[in-house]
Amino acid sequence: MSVKPLPTMSPLINVSIQTATFDLAAETVVLETELADSLDDRGGLVTFIGSVRASENNAGNTKQNPLAYGKLLALEVEHYPAMTQSTIEGIVFAASQRWPFLACRVIHRVGRLAVGEPIVLVLVASSHRKEAFAACEYILDYLKNAAPFWKKAIFEKGEQWVEAKVSDSEALDKWV
Amino acid sequence: MIKVLFFARLREQLGVSEQHVNWQDGEHDAATVQTLLNTLVDNGGAKWQVLLADEIVAAKNQQAVSRDTLLADGDEVAFFPPVTGG
Repeated sequence: MSVKPLPTMSPLINVSIQTATFDLAAETVVLETELADSLDDRGGLVTFIGSVRASENNAGNTKQNPLAYGKLLALEVEHYPAMTQSTIEGIVFAASQRWPFLACRVIHRVGRLAVGEPIVLVLVASSHRKEAFAACEYILDYLKNAAPFWKKAIFEKGEQWVEAKVSDSEALDKWV
Repeated sequence: MIKVLFFARLREQLGVSEQHVNWQDGEHDAATVQTLLNTLVDNGGAKWQVLLADEIVAAKNQQAVSRDTLLADGDEVAFFPPVTGG
C-alpha cells in the first residue's frame, strides 16, 4: 500500500490576478494534473464563476439617477498589486484550516471587463462536498470584503465607482 | 521616508497615486497611521479631508491595519475606499 501525504497538511493553492479571460475546462485539467496521486482522494469539485451583471448600476447607493448614464457597458477593475495576491492566498489558507480540502484555484481578473464577461473563478477540490462548498463560499465572502479590488462602472454616458455593499460585510457574520 | 499609496476613488479625488512623506529625525517618534493622516491633511489642504473618513481603509506593508498602528522608516502605507471585488 502506498503512503500518501495527508491531504489536510498542505492543500495546493494557486492564485492568479490577470487581465486575460479564463477557461473552466482548461483550469480543471490543470488542477487535476497538479493533484497527481491525490486525485484519487477527490470526491468533488465545486466551481464558482462570477460575471459582470448588466444591472450592476449602483442605483441603490446614490441619489443619482442611473438612467441618466444609460446602459452599463463594462466594469473597470483596479487593484493593489502588491497586496492582492497575498491577501487572497491568506484567505484560501484560512479556509483550508477550517475545511480541509485538496486544492484550490482562484483567478480574479482586472482591467476593463464587458457585461457578460467572467470576473472571478474559484475551484475547490476536496474529498467531500460539504468542505468544498463551505470553503468556496468562505473564500468568496472574504475576497469581497478584504481583497483590494475596486470596480468602476462604465455606462454609455458616464462612469461611477461601485460602492461597497453592507450585505457583503454582513455576509461575514455567518463565519464568526 | 514613508511611501504612501492611494487607490480608486481616493486616488482620483486627490489627483495623486503615490507620495513620499519625510519626517525629520525625532519629529515623529512613535508615529502612527493617524499621525501620517494628519500630516497628509495638514500639508495637502481641504481636499485631503476625505482621507479622514472612517470608511477609508489603511494598509501597512500590504496588511490592513488600524489607525493607531506604529509606523517605521521604509514602511509602505496605502489608503483606499472599501473594496468591491469579486
